[in-house]
Amino acid sequence: MSRQANRGTESKKMSSELFTLTYGALVTQLCKDYENDEDVNKQLDRMGYNIGVRLIEDFLARSNVGRCHDFRETADVIAKVAFKMYLGITPSITNWSPAGDEFSLILENNPLVDFVELPDSHSSLIYSNLLCGVLRGALEMVQMAVEAKFVQDTLKGDGVTEIRMRFLRRIEDNLPAGEE
Amino acid sequence: MTVHNLYLFDRNGVCLHYSEWHRKKQAGIPKEEEYKLMYGMLFSIRSFVSKMSPLDMKDGFLSFQTSRYKLHYYETPTGIKVVMNTDLGVGPIRDVLHHIYSAVSVSRDGLKHLPHPSEESVTVWTLDRCDLSTTHYCLQVIRMMPKGVRDSFIP
Repeated sequence: MSRQANRGTESKKMSSELFTLTYGALVTQLCKDYENDEDVNKQLDRMGYNIGVRLIEDFLARSNVGRCHDFRETADVIAKVAFKMYLGITPSITNWSPAGDEFSLILENNPLVDFVELPDSHSSLIYSNLLCGVLRGALEMVQMAVEAKFVQDTLKGDGVTEIRMRFLRRIEDNLPAGEE
Repeated sequence: MTVHNLYLFDRNGVCLHYSEWHRKKQAGIPKEEEYKLMYGMLFSIRSFVSKMSPLDMKDGFLSFQTSRYKLHYYETPTGIKVVMNTDLGVGPIRDVLHHIYSAVSVSRDGLKHLPHPSEESVTVWTLDRCDLSTTHYCLQVIRMMPKGVRDSFIP
């Protein structure tokens, strides 16, 4: 993708290399700041969550999708609209659990990991964990509590990258307490 | 065709924005109470509508009208609520309310950059507060409205 000076309301394009390298710099800095991989993973998840709770508004504003009626519809919207809009890829949806509350997103290529190699000293680092946080944060804002985690990662030698999504429960609206 | 006023609420009931164009009669209570009253009414009516609906719910509460005005309601899946009071001649404007929401949330700083109602008692949402791309979008929204509505919208 080449840089375009497109400042319309539709989207601001940027070089995908810039995006990948920026993410890499972020993870590298976190690895320097925190001694162990587990803390880095937690930070990435937390940052992703904060991004997700805001990203969902931008997504709804731009994509015009209505409320999803069930988890299957949600899965379709995530894979075909959201990932396409923000990362330019369309993961496939597979491995539905019999109860219909778990599925896998299979990413053939993950734009975040272009040019990336994971050294042996960071074997428990979940490099793209930000994505799990984003999914969790965004879905929480539309009243769905979910769990997202990487079960396969090309950085660790697997053939594809797989994110397992599990629906935990519906979050109900609460009437805000009034000050009488 | 007239637009009277516009409210924007977030998912916790906080009024993010209020604009007024043609309001001949005030509510007689402080603005903070008015926002709470509006939000509380919307919350109650949504739950009432879903409980008492004789059929499966699709979009839920859309609008109500009295003999003088019509209240239009649009809620995003994230709980952002757009409420607009117009006169009776205006038909369904859910897409317009959605465009208002879009214009606001994709502007430079998103929803948190709206002038908070407590800063000024009545703020007319002037187009020069938004950056150029949002202004363009707002103008598009206004162009989409029927001409009579549009004339009363721009102060």
